[in-house]
Amino acid sequence: MDSHVLIAPELFDRIIDRLAHQLLEHHDFLETDLVGLQPRGIFLARRIQERLKDLLPEVEVRCGALDATFHRDDFGRRQHPITPNATDMPFLVEDRRVILVDDVLYTGRTIRAGIDALMAHGRPRSVELLVMIDRRFRRELPIEPKYIGKSIDSIDEQHVRVHWRKDGMGDYVELFNRKPE
Amino acid sequence: MNTLSNRHLTGIRDLKESDIRLILKTAEEFKEVINRPIRKVPSLRDLTIANLFFENSTRTRLSFELAEKRLSADVVNFTAANSSVKKGETLVDTVNNILAMKVDMVVMRHPHPGAPHFLKERVQTQIVNAGDGTHEHPTQALLDAYSMQERLGDLAGKRVAIVGDIRHSRVAVSNILCLQMLGAHVRVCGPKTLIPKHIASLGVEVSHDLDATLAWCDVANMLRIQLERQGGEDRVPYFPSLREYQARFGLTEERLSQIDHPITIMHPGPINRGVEITSAVADSEHAIILDQVENGVAVRMAVIYLLAGVR
Repeated sequence: MDSHVLIAPELFDRIIDRLAHQLLEHHDFLETDLVGLQPRGIFLARRIQERLKDLLPEVEVRCGALDATFHRDDFGRRQHPITPNATDMPFLVEDRRVILVDDVLYTGRTIRAGIDALMAHGRPRSVELLVMIDRRFRRELPIEPKYIGKSIDSIDEQHVRVHWRKDGMGDYVELFNRKPE
Repeated sequence: MNTLSNRHLTGIRDLKESDIRLILKTAEEFKEVINRPIRKVPSLRDLTIANLFFENSTRTRLSFELAEKRLSADVVNFTAANSSVKKGETLVDTVNNILAMKVDMVVMRHPHPGAPHFLKERVQTQIVNAGDGTHEHPTQALLDAYSMQERLGDLAGKRVAIVGDIRHSRVAVSNILCLQMLGAHVRVCGPKTLIPKHIASLGVEVSHDLDATLAWCDVANMLRIQLERQGGEDRVPYFPSLREYQARFGLTEERLSQIDHPITIMHPGPINRGVEITSAVADSEHAIILDQVENGVAVRMAVIYLLAGVR
């Protein structure tokens, strides 16, 4: 498979660290919650939650898992339907500030569905977007992230994959020149 | 596999084991949806579903309608009592007329066994069987399996008794087929007159002793005694009296107190309190009758959502 590593593990950790610090410039997490998008945004949200715990030991940073499958706009247009994942939102986001987290931002359609799904759990005061990889120039909707791990310029045939390790050690990002089967 | 192997649901016979597991897994996610502050998702907003009820039904129709509305589908309802069926229109004509108004899916209940199978060969739409005569009622079997699994975990090796009027029950047939596919052992129990002669050919045990059956099973699914089928002036009743039925096959607290293992009590409704089950048992912590109703909406959402995704 024709691919190369975009972000190696040591840089990956530094990016998580930077993202956590950037969030702290704007949020004290007394009224802010992290919400990871299923299936893969949730890994990034948990990594950032862990880092924030170290930086803010006195605050309980909450992190929910949100599945947007039922809110997608391509139902019935795909060859194979997407299997839904579990939503685990143990809190309401009514009047809270929400950081929506996903691993790769591409067309923006998943985020659109995610915002829609989020509204079923209350009316947040504000929603901001954090992503690990921003694939610029391929947006189909007016959606922009506020916090970005790394912006990349890629063409349609390429595919970006964030590899998450169970123990949180050695995560990395890989760019494929063709979408794997 | 994340798609069903069949584009209709006319019976449990249409499904493979993997289909059943996919439906039950998807229903879990929908159960979470219907417990949110906003219990509605926009998945099927460009889909129109017709509920055709050629036979009376309250809870099944309500449950389907809620499931469809919570998926944001457009819904039209049709009941045979006040329709052209009374004027002699055939089933195929009725359905084709409704389809001409651009309907994508049909949910139907019909008094004749096989009506949905007949229809799926003749009209261009997806069909969901909501009960056909004494034949099948697949969504009830799926919601029963879901409710059992929620309480007991994996059903492989679990023992399930279906008690009461097996002869007139579409719930019994679908339940037997569904539970067997999930690896459960099934026994039917009731008076000889209410158990079809060849039911054992489905691979179930047959018993006429409720106490022995309760001692054997993990789950007792108590079916309704269909009083309307108890014979009129020109028919011989299936059992001598309700009082005798209640004495031999009614589930009472006293009977339950004889059992020394945990048991789950189910009932597809509507309940004849004091006949097949006493009020005290129906309202006890063993009973999951209201869970069945709640799960019915989630399971029907899963069925419709997955069928809509089949090309």
